[in-house]
Amino acid sequence: MRVSLTRRYKFAASHRLHAASLSEEENRRVYGKCNNPYGHGHNYEVLVTLTGPVDPATGMIANLGELDPFVERQVVDVFDHKNLNEEIPEFRDKVPTTENLCAEVFRRLKNFKSATLERVRIEETSKNGFEMTMEPSAKAWA
Amino acid sequence: MIRITRRVEFSASHIYHNPAFSADENRRIFGKCNNPHGHGHNYTLEVTIAGEPDPKTGMVLDLKELKEILQKEIVDRMDHRHLNYEVPELAEKIPTCENVALVIWSLLKPKITTGKLDRVRLYESADLYAEVTDGDCS
Repeated sequence: MRVSLTRRYKFAASHRLHAASLSEEENRRVYGKCNNPYGHGHNYEVLVTLTGPVDPATGMIANLGELDPFVERQVVDVFDHKNLNEEIPEFRDKVPTTENLCAEVFRRLKNFKSATLERVRIEETSKNGFEMTMEPSAKAWA
Repeated sequence: MIRITRRVEFSASHIYHNPAFSADENRRIFGKCNNPHGHGHNYTLEVTIAGEPDPKTGMVLDLKELKEILQKEIVDRMDHRHLNYEVPELAEKIPTCENVALVIWSLLKPKITTGKLDRVRLYESADLYAEVTDGDCS
């Protein structure tokens, strides 16, 4: 048996999808409404999945009393009510698509000490979900 | 291979308390979950069975049969119960989401004889779930 634990966190942020390497026209064609020069925002939901042995003394893979402040500090406090393009240094030269955001959130959470980060899933809307798992391809990102 | 998932709900109370810890340690480690009078949740359980559909019925497993198994093995055992005091399988364990999901897996595993138990996902709230699958714990 293999057991994992998943916890959901939320933050709201704005962004604009615009690649400096593309022309204005190409940006509009590729990103459509997401290229609106004034940006737009989402209520992001982040599902963090951890694996590891269940400690027999606590019955836990990870104590939420430890995980919650870690995720708050590493992710929620960093991104909530921010403009991803303007206020997050990692997105100065990188388009803040939710694929890239997923990789950035994974990078910020992968050093959690008490359990292994297995997956980060970000739901940008109720229709769009993006996932990054700890696999060889993901390790290059992380 | 096809996977089918059935969802059931139950409500139960529990308390996190390890008698090997001091009262202070219990409060520090388990926080509000250590409240001596216990507390409760509406649990949502999703059980996934994997297999090939029977060519005659088109079914991996008759969902009615799965519903009856879930009712008898899980809901009847845990619904409106105190997990620490009324579910013997949890008597010696802290009834965290992880441990309750593991117990549910162990209870269901021998009962699923058509198809294969693939996944147990137990939501303690909309924002927290534990998932059990086959395989080694990393």
